[in-house]
Amino acid sequence: MSWTFNDDRPIYIQLMEQIQLRIISGVYKVGDKLPSVRDMASDASVNPNTMQKALTELERTGLVFSQRTSGRFITEDSNMIKHIRNHLAKEQIEKFLYNIGKIGYTKQEIIQLLETISKEMK
Amino acid sequence: MTTDKNKLLYDSSENDTVSNFTNSNLDNNPILECKNLVKSYANAEALKGIDLTINRGRIVGLLGPNGSGKSTIIKLANGLLTPSSGEILIAGNKPGIETKKIVSYLPERTYLNDWMKVSDVINFFKDFYDNFNAEKAYEMLQKLNINPNDKLKTMSKGTKEKVQLILVMSREADLYLLDEPIAGVDPAARDYILNTIITNYNENATIIISTHLISDIERVLDDVVFISYGKIFLTKSVDEIREDEGKSVDTLFREVFKC
Repeated sequence: MSWTFNDDRPIYIQLMEQIQLRIISGVYKVGDKLPSVRDMASDASVNPNTMQKALTELERTGLVFSQRTSGRFITEDSNMIKHIRNHLAKEQIEKFLYNIGKIGYTKQEIIQLLETISKEMK
Repeated sequence: MTTDKNKLLYDSSENDTVSNFTNSNLDNNPILECKNLVKSYANAEALKGIDLTINRGRIVGLLGPNGSGKSTIIKLANGLLTPSSGEILIAGNKPGIETKKIVSYLPERTYLNDWMKVSDVINFFKDFYDNFNAEKAYEMLQKLNINPNDKLKTMSKGTKEKVQLILVMSREADLYLLDEPIAGVDPAARDYILNTIITNYNENATIIISTHLISDIERVLDDVVFISYGKIFLTKSVDEIREDEGKSVDTLFREVFKC
C-alpha cells in the first residue's frame, strides 16, 4: 500500500486516514507495534513533525496508544476497529449510491446490476 | 488489554515521551531571528524591514518570486552580507565565527574547485568542519551512484549539485540554509534527496529551504514564509494553509504571485 496525498487538505489528516486504512485492512495488525515516527515519515516521504501530529491525533481517537518506554501500538480493541471498518464501508456505499443515483438508476436496478457485475468479475 | 486501560493510556498522551519531534520546550530559543532587517544595495532596497522568527526543529520553506529577497536573507544569515540596518541573529549571536560552526550553507552557485575529486572535497570538508560526518557523505554518494574518485570537472551540472548538497547535509549542524537545493536535479534524485533531508536531520536542527519548486517539497515542510518585494507576505504552517484555504501551498503561491 503506497501513500498518496491530494492537494487541498491538510497532510496530517490524510496521514490519519491512511494509517487508519492500514489498520482496518490488517496491514498493521491488532496490538502490533508501529514503526518509529521517523521510519513512518520516511516511508511516506513526509515531514516527521507532520507524522507525529497524525499519530498524536490518532491517539486521541484511541486507535493507537503509546507506552512510555516501548513505543506506539495499535489498539487491542478489535470491536473499535470493526466499528471503524463498518463506518468506512457505509461511507463508500453512500457515496456510490449517490453517484449512481445521479446517472438515473433506481435502488432496485442498482442491486440487480451489482449482482450481475460482481458475478462477471469472478 | 481492555478498553479502560487504553483510555488511561491515551489520556496521558499529552506528555508522551515518544514525541521526539515536538520541541515546544525550545520554542523560546529561536535559531534564527530577524528584527526590522533592512538591506539596501546601491540602487535598490532588497529587504525593507523583515521581522521573522524561526524556531528549532522545523523545516521551513522560504518562498518568493525571483528577486524577492530570499537569497539576500540567506546571505545575511551567513555573514556574506551585512545588514544596512536592523539585526539578524543565529541562536542569539550575530553572524560570525561562532555561528558558522553551527550553520551549514548550500549557496546557489558552486564554489568548489573543478579539478578536485569528490574524495578530495570530502577531506577538505573534514579538515574544515568539526561536525562533518564523512561516513554519511560516502553512504549518500553510493546511494546516488556517484563515484568518489570522479573529478568535479567531469560531472554534469545536476551531479555536481547532488555532491554539494551531500556535503552540506553531512554536517551535523543546527541550521541548514539551502538556497535552491534541488533546481538542477532530476525528479528521482530529488525524491531521494528530500528523503535524505527528512531522515537525517537532527530533531533540534532547523532547515531553511529557498525554492520555487514548491509542489516537490511541500510535503516535507512544516512552515512556509512567503516573501515579496523585500517584505514578509505570510508565515504559516503548510497544514494551516491547506486547512484555511483548502488549497496547496503551490496553488496559493501561484495565486498570490500571479503575473
